[in-house]
Amino acid sequence: MSGPASLLAAAAIAACASISGTAMARDLVVALKTEPTSMDPQYHALTPNIQLSQTLFDPLVCVDADLKPEPCLAESWKADGKVWTFKLRPNVKFSDGTPLTSADVVFTMDRVAKVPNSPSSFKVYLQKVDKVEAADPLTVRITTSEPYPLLAINMVGLPIMSAKAASGAAPEGKTTTELNAGTGLVGSGPYKFVSWKRGSEIVFERNPNYWGKAPAWDKVIYRPISNPAARVAALLAGDVDLVEDPPTDDLERLKKEPKLTVETKASNRVIYVALDQNGETTPGIPDANGKNPLLDKRVREALSLAIDRQALVSRIMGGVASPAAQLLPYPMFGASKNLTAAAKPNPDKARALLKDAGYPNGFSLVLGTPNGRYINDSKVAQTLAAMWTRIGIKTSIDANAPAVFFKNRDTFVYSAYLAGWGTATGEMSNTLNALLVTPNKDKGLGTTNRSRYSNPELDKLVAESANQMDDAARAATLAKASELAMAEFAMLPLHFEHSVWAMKKDVSFKGRADQQTMVQFAVPAK
Amino acid sequence: MSAYIIRRLLQAVLVMAVMSGLVFVGLYVVGDPVAMMASAEATELERDEIRASFGLDKPLWQQYGIFMSHALRFDFGKSFLTGQSAMGLILDRMPATLELAVVAMGLSMGIGVPLGIWAGLRPQALSTRGIMAGSVLGFSLPNFWVGLMLIMVFAVYLGWLPASGRGATVNVGPLDLSVLTLDGWSRLLLPAVTIALAKGALIIRVTRAATREALPMDYIKFARAKGLGWSRILRVHLLKNIMIPIITVGGLEFGQVVAFAVVTETIFAWPGMGKLLLDSIITLDRPVVVAYLILIVFFLVVLNLAVDILYSVLDPRVRLQGAKA
Repeated sequence: MSGPASLLAAAAIAACASISGTAMARDLVVALKTEPTSMDPQYHALTPNIQLSQTLFDPLVCVDADLKPEPCLAESWKADGKVWTFKLRPNVKFSDGTPLTSADVVFTMDRVAKVPNSPSSFKVYLQKVDKVEAADPLTVRITTSEPYPLLAINMVGLPIMSAKAASGAAPEGKTTTELNAGTGLVGSGPYKFVSWKRGSEIVFERNPNYWGKAPAWDKVIYRPISNPAARVAALLAGDVDLVEDPPTDDLERLKKEPKLTVETKASNRVIYVALDQNGETTPGIPDANGKNPLLDKRVREALSLAIDRQALVSRIMGGVASPAAQLLPYPMFGASKNLTAAAKPNPDKARALLKDAGYPNGFSLVLGTPNGRYINDSKVAQTLAAMWTRIGIKTSIDANAPAVFFKNRDTFVYSAYLAGWGTATGEMSNTLNALLVTPNKDKGLGTTNRSRYSNPELDKLVAESANQMDDAARAATLAKASELAMAEFAMLPLHFEHSVWAMKKDVSFKGRADQQTMVQFAVPAK
Repeated sequence: MSAYIIRRLLQAVLVMAVMSGLVFVGLYVVGDPVAMMASAEATELERDEIRASFGLDKPLWQQYGIFMSHALRFDFGKSFLTGQSAMGLILDRMPATLELAVVAMGLSMGIGVPLGIWAGLRPQALSTRGIMAGSVLGFSLPNFWVGLMLIMVFAVYLGWLPASGRGATVNVGPLDLSVLTLDGWSRLLLPAVTIALAKGALIIRVTRAATREALPMDYIKFARAKGLGWSRILRVHLLKNIMIPIITVGGLEFGQVVAFAVVTETIFAWPGMGKLLLDSIITLDRPVVVAYLILIVFFLVVLNLAVDILYSVLDPRVRLQGAKA
């Protein structure tokens, strides 16, 4: 459907040239691509939920548009070995007028583990936290089980709830159902909750007690519009002011439209190809004499050299991506500054490497890919297959709906698959721990390492970084680990997706690397 | 008559049980809901915990058994994704879909029947050719294309109507209805017309065929010979007799619109049940999918029953099977 639908959006843009601008409204209407599953800020750790709860509730630590931590409800913090001290900002009030104290922070942290049936728990942000105490009304002390440099960045994921408003009879205080209805949904963020009609609209209004700069809009109305062409049409019709993720095919024309502004921002999501390096055999390569050629570094390098990343970005991704040379873009934390430019394609060298490795005639390979999970995912995979076939690796693709793809990936059906990873913390240890560190169920390591790459040297570097409290030293260790993994061609990064927003000319929204649409960063354009 | 109704309802229960089993197996084969829901950073242990909390760690037959034992008490479980009662989520959205379906079917009947009769009475007229050509377009154009075109023209180009969403609602008993407000109508019109174009085209063709069939009948000829006016012949003799096929098709189509207005609801961001079903299938939110299909089977059975009963009212010759039992 996306073909004809995007064609229509194009027609819409042409038609739009003739309508007059709509009157300036002081309310902001935002079209979301996915509706949140809940208003409970501790129910489901998922972008559509988080971006709204971070507007209702402020956390102790915020991140700027490039994921650098900055003070929020905590004015300052310091770590002393395993003990972290957060100084709260004085005179902060919740939207109901009650003052914020350390008791609210303790309540919030305490509630996380008690929320029942969470499909994706916020407990990930409290790993290694032993206890949270109120030292005085404006000081919170958090003790970790070992020196843990990631605690401050993890606090970003835990917006502070009001102990008074959110207490209740259930173990977790106000239940998820009650919070969905707005009961106890009291935060100290720039906007406060008004109403939610599932599937239809969510309304927030200005929090008069906000501690920071006064919020720009009287009211913010979110409408979930999952179809991309319909989102663009709603923007062109003047129904909404700001839309997430307009279709990439229409971007060029949207940019030319005088009544609209398009904002793009490089994100922290890398699209990569994982290569099965588990054992001597692999399911997706039938004609390599029963061997797994992907164990050979020369083969992996050949696969990488065959990829023209620049062409993928400009032709398939419509320019809204940048070629990747590692799994997190420099200058994010722990990314190597030596890996900023993606390698140039070199099919001749790739063929020579294959010959050296003992595959002068190549082999055939099945590349797994989701269809509809990442921007243009299956199109990228098709192009990749053509590029690999050119050097003699006869590649066919196996594209599936995301649910089926993830099942196949998790049961190791693929020898090679395309997927993506968004580094929520903007920090390399998260990426490496998930994708390349040797899987270890008990320690929770290598959770998404389905290529089962294992390199003790890399494991050691990443483990070492986990306790390095000095940021500069930790960044250097992680950069070294990243260089090591890329020199080994442990997995092949393709590109970093860009996030795109389109809006009316009278709205200005600054894009964020975490792909979140937080309305506090939208203001009337001058 | 009541025995007939009871037998039909029992059949429905059987269909519901079989279908819920199929959905269980089907979604189980498709994939793992936890892989779709859990954050990518969740560890294996956390995933196991989620699995256990939803009972997904048990063998499938046990999961089905637990579901059935609850379903017998009308408890269809909680949505994995939202933690809310699955049936509650659906019932919340039902008024929006029903409203859209009723208005759309009302439009298609209101336009389709008169045009169909006209086309049946004047088979050779130029206007009839126009109507029939229009009806071919009506049901051969894809729904989403018509929807987007209407948005283009009326929302984007002319700016008369909003492009999407549902308007302000008024609370009538348990239902939130938007047909009672002007804003509601302005948002309801485009999606309703999108559906009505296709359904109306079908009604035109059915009505035309029925009319053509009825016209040469003796009772029409006799009525004319008696010297009755055309309008009376149409209203009393013709309309009554062509109503059976129209009601059959209209009833079936109404059921279709209620159950599967997914495409129209998606294009217009209409907060109905169809869109909920689609989202739930994609995220493998099994309780919602099962509850939805159970509700729809029940609804379709009741609808068919209503159509059958209407037959016997409209045509005294029709007797419901087992009516004597």
